[in-house]
Amino acid sequence: MKKLLIAAALSALTTGSVWAETIRMGTEGAYPPYNFINDAGEVDGFERQLGDEICKRAELDCVWVTNDWDSIIPNLISGNYDTIIAGMSVTPEREQVVDFSSEYYPASPSSYVAAAGMDVDLSSGIIAAQTNTIQAGHVAASGATLVEFATPDETVAAVKNGEADAVLADKDYLAPIVAESGGALEFVGEDVAIGGGIGIGLRKSDTELKAKLDAVIDEMKADGTLNEMLSKWFEGEAPQW
Amino acid sequence: MFEFCADPKSIDGLAWLSCYLTTPKHASMYYSILTVLGLLFLAVPPIMMLGFAGALARRSHIAPVRWFGLGYTSIVRGVPDIVFFLFFPIALDQAVEYMRHKIKCPDVMGSVYQGNDFVVCQAAKMPLGTSPQWIHEAWGFTLAIITFAIVFGAFTANTLHGALAAVPRAQLETARAFGMSDRQTFWRVHLPQMWVYALPGLSNLWMILIKATPLLFLLGIKDIVYWAKELGGMKTQAYAYPHPDWRVWYFGALLVFYLLLTWLSQRVFDRVFARASRGMAVAR
Repeated sequence: MKKLLIAAALSALTTGSVWAETIRMGTEGAYPPYNFINDAGEVDGFERQLGDEICKRAELDCVWVTNDWDSIIPNLISGNYDTIIAGMSVTPEREQVVDFSSEYYPASPSSYVAAAGMDVDLSSGIIAAQTNTIQAGHVAASGATLVEFATPDETVAAVKNGEADAVLADKDYLAPIVAESGGALEFVGEDVAIGGGIGIGLRKSDTELKAKLDAVIDEMKADGTLNEMLSKWFEGEAPQW
Repeated sequence: MFEFCADPKSIDGLAWLSCYLTTPKHASMYYSILTVLGLLFLAVPPIMMLGFAGALARRSHIAPVRWFGLGYTSIVRGVPDIVFFLFFPIALDQAVEYMRHKIKCPDVMGSVYQGNDFVVCQAAKMPLGTSPQWIHEAWGFTLAIITFAIVFGAFTANTLHGALAAVPRAQLETARAFGMSDRQTFWRVHLPQMWVYALPGLSNLWMILIKATPLLFLLGIKDIVYWAKELGGMKTQAYAYPHPDWRVWYFGALLVFYLLLTWLSQRVFDRVFARASRGMAVAR
């Protein structure tokens, strides 16, 4: 019995999993195709595949957790998870609070979507956007009336049921929705360029982790794997590195 | 779950629906019913204990204890629930981690506050970063129960305080005239007679507690309302089961669930009330 215990203890020590660093990856899980919860109840999407690949290359042991968007930064800071990988654009305001890794998604345009055939005045109409996003900030500054929602899905629903005239969001998020709406929704106005690219959010004190992630992301940009993932999840429409 | 569910995009009608409703994601929603019920039943004992402690503190002969009781019930009842739920669990979590940090890593120099960040050493994390997800969930659940206990304990304390004061003085004087001590008077006469006055207030609190469970989401616990919203939202082709905005159906199901829960609770309360008012001169 004693020998068995010792053997068990030894094998536990030598498997090495005890020593691998565990990183908790925080995401929203409501922003397809960036990140969403698939029908198996697991986090899926571009960022899941990217995150898993990063963890593999950096030899980190990663666990995925979801958190709602509104409190995603406070919960990172209080240590509930170690990274934010949730389609979060790099902005100067956010950089005051958290650090960002190298960008893994280049700066891309945001677009307005409205019900087809509606004549929407984007500068004075009612525009829906998700709370605490660069798009919400843009709408507030543009002079239009901003209505905010907690999830991206609700912003689109608001346009469908007439609560808002149009929605402003990342074009990559809206494109499949418009394509599948059967003509009920359409892009209106011109694309707007707001915010930088997308990076992984980190606590400012986690400099070691930032260095690791930066190295791996730069490596993936160089060898083309990142571009492959972008084409796969965004159907060839995403900007490439 | 079923074999024909392997390729959901090629089936339709009832087969599609039966596959759709049995996805692991839906199972998480069914499971979250247990989360809600578990929270309700696990929260009741600490709520009642805090309620009794608060009510007795407010009746205490010792002035500081009385002030403490009054302070607790007044402050907690006055703060909006949502503020309390956003502040208290995070504060409690950080307090626990701070103490563990002091004990487990006394040699780590520097403040735990680095700018905006709250940083404790890895060994002081609660729960540890390496622990499996269910431990994180259990810890969040525990924080939720403590928070519910403190908030609802204050309301319960007020209800019980009022009920204790509502028992007719003549009953207590009679008990003393029979030679009972203060303690005997309390346990044998005062407490049993109090329930009739406390139950309507307590049943109100229970109903409010049922409706307050969606506040759990603020603590990162995925309750039934979260899943209804998540599952009901429009799904594009990125998902195996694309569908338009179905939230109205999911919220309809929620309505039925909560109505059923309150209806059942009311039946139970009616029976308890009938039992508590046996032999009491209560207008019905």
